[in-house]
This record gives sequence, C-alpha cells and structure tokens, in this order.
Amino acid sequence: MYEKMVTARYYEERLEEEYMADKKPAFDISKGLIPGELHLAAGQEAAAAGVCAHLRDDDTVTGPHRPHHIAIAKGVDLERMTAEIFGRETGLSRGKGGHMHLFDPEVNFACSGIIAEGVPPAAGAALAAKKRNTDSVAVAFLGEGAIDQGGFLETLNFASVHDLPLVMVIEDNEWAISMPKERVTDVEDGSKRAGGFDMPGERVDHDDAVDVYEVAEDAIGRARDGNGPTLLEIQVHRRMPHFLGDPQVYRSEENIERHQQLDSIERLADDLRDRGVEDGDLDEIRESAHARVDEAIEWAKEQPLPEPETAYEDVWTNPPYGVSDTEPAVPVPGGDD
Amino acid sequence: MAEAEAEMGGEPGGRERTMSRAIVEAIATEMREDEEVFVMGEDVADYEGIFDTTTGLVEEFGYDRIMDVPISETSFIGAGVGAAQQGMRPIVELMFADFFGVAMDQIYNQMAKNTYMSGGSVSVPMVLLTAVGATYNDAAQHSQTLYGTFAHLPGMKIVSPSTAYDAKGLMHNAIRDDDPVVFMFHKRLMGLGWMPAPDGPKTPVPEEPYTIPFGSADVKREGDDVTVVTLGLHVHRAVDAAETLTEEGIETEVLDLRSLVPLDTDAILESVRKTGRLVVVDEDYRSFGLSGEIVARAAEEMLDDLEAVQRVALPDVPIPYSRPLEDEVIPSTEDIAEAVRATR
Repeated sequence: MYEKMVTARYYEERLEEEYMADKKPAFDISKGLIPGELHLAAGQEAAAAGVCAHLRDDDTVTGPHRPHHIAIAKGVDLERMTAEIFGRETGLSRGKGGHMHLFDPEVNFACSGIIAEGVPPAAGAALAAKKRNTDSVAVAFLGEGAIDQGGFLETLNFASVHDLPLVMVIEDNEWAISMPKERVTDVEDGSKRAGGFDMPGERVDHDDAVDVYEVAEDAIGRARDGNGPTLLEIQVHRRMPHFLGDPQVYRSEENIERHQQLDSIERLADDLRDRGVEDGDLDEIRESAHARVDEAIEWAKEQPLPEPETAYEDVWTNPPYGVSDTEPAVPVPGGDD
Repeated sequence: MAEAEAEMGGEPGGRERTMSRAIVEAIATEMREDEEVFVMGEDVADYEGIFDTTTGLVEEFGYDRIMDVPISETSFIGAGVGAAQQGMRPIVELMFADFFGVAMDQIYNQMAKNTYMSGGSVSVPMVLLTAVGATYNDAAQHSQTLYGTFAHLPGMKIVSPSTAYDAKGLMHNAIRDDDPVVFMFHKRLMGLGWMPAPDGPKTPVPEEPYTIPFGSADVKREGDDVTVVTLGLHVHRAVDAAETLTEEGIETEVLDLRSLVPLDTDAILESVRKTGRLVVVDEDYRSFGLSGEIVARAAEEMLDDLEAVQRVALPDVPIPYSRPLEDEVIPSTEDIAEAVRATR
C-alpha cells in the first residue's frame, strides 16, 4: 500500500510540473505537452490503495474524472497510461481518450469523465461475474459530489436487488469543484445512503490506509462470497485544485492548509515504523517508486504523437457492415422461386 | 472596421465586453427588473460559473437567487421546468452540453414538450444555458457542440452567439421568451483568462438592454461568389478564411445563423440565390445534423440555383483527445477555404 501511495503522490506532483511547465506565464488550457483539463488526486491515495490491495486483475474497477491514484493502485500499465496522458500513439487509447478516459482491459480498469456514470458499468461487471459464477468482484469509485446523481442512486437499488458483488467507494474530499459537501448534500455521512437500499454502509472518517484496508477487506470479502454489495465512504483530502488552473477563490487558506497537513502517506509511514519497518526500507520503497514514475514520464515524452488519420479508426470493433459483408442466399417465402 | 462594428449594432469605439461579460450583464439586468428570474447550476455561486457566466452575481443577488445545486442534472433541470411552469423564469446552467445525457428526459420529454402536450395551456419560460465546443483537447465527453441533437427535437429554441453584442441581445430575448431556450455558448469565445478567445467575439456592447430576435441570421461579411453558413466559433474561422480567399479573387459571404430554432431560411436562400454556391460549416457531427438540414432546405427551395454544395463538419467520430487527432477532426480555417475553393 505504501508503495502504491507514494507512487501515486509523486505521479501527481510530477504531472503537475509537466502540465504547468509550458503554461507559463499565462495559463492557457490548450497549450503545452499535456493540454485539456487535468484533475489530480494528491491526498486521496489511501482510499485507492486500501481498497485495491484486495483486488485481483480479474476484478473490475471503474473510476471518475480524477482517476490516476486508482489506476495506479489497480496496477494499470504506468508507461502506457502516462503516454495516453501525453496524447501519444502508444498510450492506452492511442491518444484518443486522455486522462479522464483511461481504459486498461488487462487489469479491468476504466474511468469516465461524467460524474457517477462509471458506477452503472461497474454493476454490469459485477452482474457478469455473478452470471458466470466466478468470484470476481467490481468496485466503483466516485466522489462525494456524485452521490446525488441518478446513475449512482439507481445503481444502489439495482445492485442490492440483484445481490451483486459490487463495492461502491465514495471518496469524500469535501469539495464538488467549488461546492462544499454541506451545501449540496443533506447527509454528512454518504454511506448512510446504503440503509435505504438494504445494504451495508460504512464510513472511514479519516484516510488511514490501514483502516481503509480493513473495512474494504470485509466489503470485498462479502462481495466475493456472494453476499451482495456494500457502500463505503472514505474521508480523503484534496491537496490540489479541482483541475490545474482552478484559482480556488471559493476555498479558504485554512481549508487548503488543513487538507495539506492531513497526510495519509505520513500517517501510514508512522504506522509502519511503529510496526518495526526501518526508515531505510521506507526510503528505498519511495525512491524506487519515484524512479519508476520518472522513467514512465520520460518514456511517454519520447513516444510519437499519433498520425492524424488514425482519428478515423476505432469507432467500431467490427466493420460498419457487421460481421459479414455478404447476404446468405435464403429462400424468400412467396418469392419467384 | 467602424462600419462593421456599426453593422453589429455596437457603437463604434464604444465600451467593449467579452462574451461572458455580455451574458452576465443581460442576466443581471433581467434579475434586477424581475424578482422571478433566478439562476441554478453547479458552481455558479462562489466559483461564479466555470465559464464565467455568473461573475459577480452571487455578490449582488445572494445565494437564494444564484443557487449552487447538487450534481443532479435530472433533478435541477426538472426543477427548472417545474418552476418555469409556475411562471418563474429560471436560468439553469448545464455545465457542459455533453452532460445532457444524464438529464435528457427532463430536457426533451418535459421541458420541450409540455407546452405542446398541454395544448398550449402550459408555458415553460426557462433558459438552459450550456457550454459547447472543442479546441482545447478535453476529449470526447467535454468537447461536443451537439447543435443538431438539440435542434432536432421540437419544442426548444436553440441559440448560439458568435459575438458579445449578439450574446447580450440573445440572452435578453431568451429570458423574456415564454418558451424554453437552449443558450449554447462556445467556450473558446467567452474571453476566459485561461482559454484565450480569438479576435472577434469581444465587441462593443451597449449598456442598455436590447433584444436580438431569434431566427435572424446576420451577414457577417458580404460576397458574391460563395455563401458560407455557420455559427459560433466557426463564424470567426469562416471570416478568416474569407480574407484569405479574397486574395485569390473569391468573394465569400459569411452568414452567422445565431439561432438554429428558429432557422432563418430566407437569409440562407437569399444569399445562395446570389452566389449559387453553398458551404455549410458545422462543429457538430456531419451526419444527420445541421449541415444536412441546411443543404436540404436550399435544395427543396432552389435546386436549380444550386451550382455546388460542400459540407465542412466533424467527421462521424467521437472527439479524440490528442492534439493532432483533435486538429484533424475539428474544421479549421484552411478546411473552410478548401471547401469554398471546391465549389468553384
């Protein structure tokens, strides 16, 4: 978990550098090596690492628009993910998806830029596992701002009524862009939504990776054993703006500082030291994670951009005419002969 | 230049505004005059609109009239419909037009149809304000214009300004209109600090309120050889292309539709009657949409006058992320010039 978390944190810090490097002095969202919106997840690592530690490659995870830490925790190919974020030909989606639309079928990871809309497809993966009698599970990550969205609320019922092996994980970073949780949602604890749908719900109100790990162990175990869905909410922190370039005028200095002080990585490191892990070992893990991230970014930047004409590829899996380009000679009733 | 500005209706040398400021001015004026006008949307209060559509409004009108809402589009767009049917005049912001998918029932089965289904006994005087457009690599779920999708479904008026002057006049008309109006602004034209606009959308804007009627296309540039029909960002790209073409001896007329529903068919026909050559430029998907519709109207009314037709639109692919891919599919100034040449 520590390794995943330090990888994810450093990844976001490095991407921030790369993204901002060529957007100075004037910020222009369409300029630079990484254009478009970039939503970084520094401060949210514990939720992803604690949950995904229980998952196998055949388990499905869907993420929202802020997906990197989850992708890293799920074991998404770091080089190809980075190449995708840089819009390169060797990226996961050959440059078509970008950072909000990462797909790695090798480890059953996908994410979507539309709030809460990754939740129903996760239920679909859980449904497939159930129909096929496998013990795979599915996990959907969503932000606390997404818990008022129909796609999520409908899926709570769908998953419950079909006893699906699904765990929904709310990452509560307190902010839906500029809207604080209490302004737009009438419950403090989002996991209470579970009660109305007859499923267990639990909140971890600090981002202690070990606590997340333990709560997730029960939830995922329940799903794997055929005992239905669970809703979890995990308090995380938003150390960065909603997207890079967001001036955060709506957010007080105190709030930003509080989010930066509460560091789940330091908390886990302390915990590991208490359990007898040497500082040297932690340093080694961190340094090797940083090296891996640096290598992935360097590799990605060396990759070629896609050829423009590839924009027309990948609309379909089969050719437009379908699985066959010929019609069979079927006798027509009432035909001439 | 002064003449062109006068044509746009602004005073030459008058106070210039960005498109976003012009929209805000119209909303603020209407809100001062009518207590029943209010704004609902995500991040419209403290953030003042992701695309600066509500700058300064929460300070003046407070949180009750500039309402941040949960990320629940079905609910808050539907609530807009219901409040409008009670006679209020909500302006509801759908942050990106792309997000229509999660709330389309409220938009096309409720907002758009209730007047008709009630035999005219119910009105829905609301504005659905929404951001459209690509050019900054935001990929397939945040870059669409979807003009054709909305315009296809009867019961909504669809407007999309290309200048600050038009934006203000269209917004006044939209708020005062008793029917649902979908006001689609192009992000690239708003004059955002973080997404620089091209030259063109920032225009002189009169301080006093004024309305621009829907269904009145604007001749942005006169020419006798070829007609280019377009709207939004591509008005500016078409004017740029026309400047290049002048050097080649081709005089292009550029028609800015300003609204799709109602559509100023007469203006299109009048121009094409003169030029005989029609190029439709659309940032929306090519098939089953705006470009086909305009060509069809021209063909129905004046087939014999048509010498050549070209469409410049998004090929039928979702909008890709990577810069060379997005550049390939979004119609460029050069694509427009090429299409104009091809009609000759």
